[in-house]
Amino acid sequence: MSIVQGQTTSFKYQLFQGTQNFTTDTFYMALYNGNANLNLTTTAYSSTNEITGTGYTAGGKALTGVTLNYDATNSVVYVNFDGLTWNPANFTTRCALIYNSSRANTSVAVIDFGADKSCTNTFTVTMPGNTYSTALIRSA
Amino acid sequence: MALVTTTKGDMDDSLLERKDGSLDNDIETTTWTEYWLDGELVHRSVHVTLKTSPALFAEAASF
Repeated sequence: MSIVQGQTTSFKYQLFQGTQNFTTDTFYMALYNGNANLNLTTTAYSSTNEITGTGYTAGGKALTGVTLNYDATNSVVYVNFDGLTWNPANFTTRCALIYNSSRANTSVAVIDFGADKSCTNTFTVTMPGNTYSTALIRSA
Repeated sequence: MALVTTTKGDMDDSLLERKDGSLDNDIETTTWTEYWLDGELVHRSVHVTLKTSPALFAEAASF
């Protein structure tokens, strides 16, 4: 397995190409088990090693509340999302992939939970603060 | 008194043993709540709060 957290290289390339658009596109978070190979070379969503279990649908959930902001003082552009909740949720997950379903499921970022997270009832992911120094996706 | 959704259906929390835990590292803060019935885990809710991730840094060339 290889789980490395961060924005994928293909995502950075597509930013310069202008083929990732946080003002119009739809983004998803998919959950994976500890056998996943998710790292900075991941180019797109795959169902390989994606979790299964009560309450989870392949492909994950759409991220809502997308906000694109910039901080002129610190010269940082940043994106954040609303949190996600799975309920019911009876599964174990180790990591997640954010991907762009509007652009052939191209990858955006890998999130490593650091350890297996097992639940039988509810699984909630809360995003970091929506600021230039903490938002989930930042470009400086 | 409160109802808890468990693997055995909704149950009064007074019948269950509750255990809470947390984990904090550079990536996330995780909290969980477990309910146990006669030594069997019947409910586990997990809440992951992500911390900031590495930013993408772009630097213009200097002349």
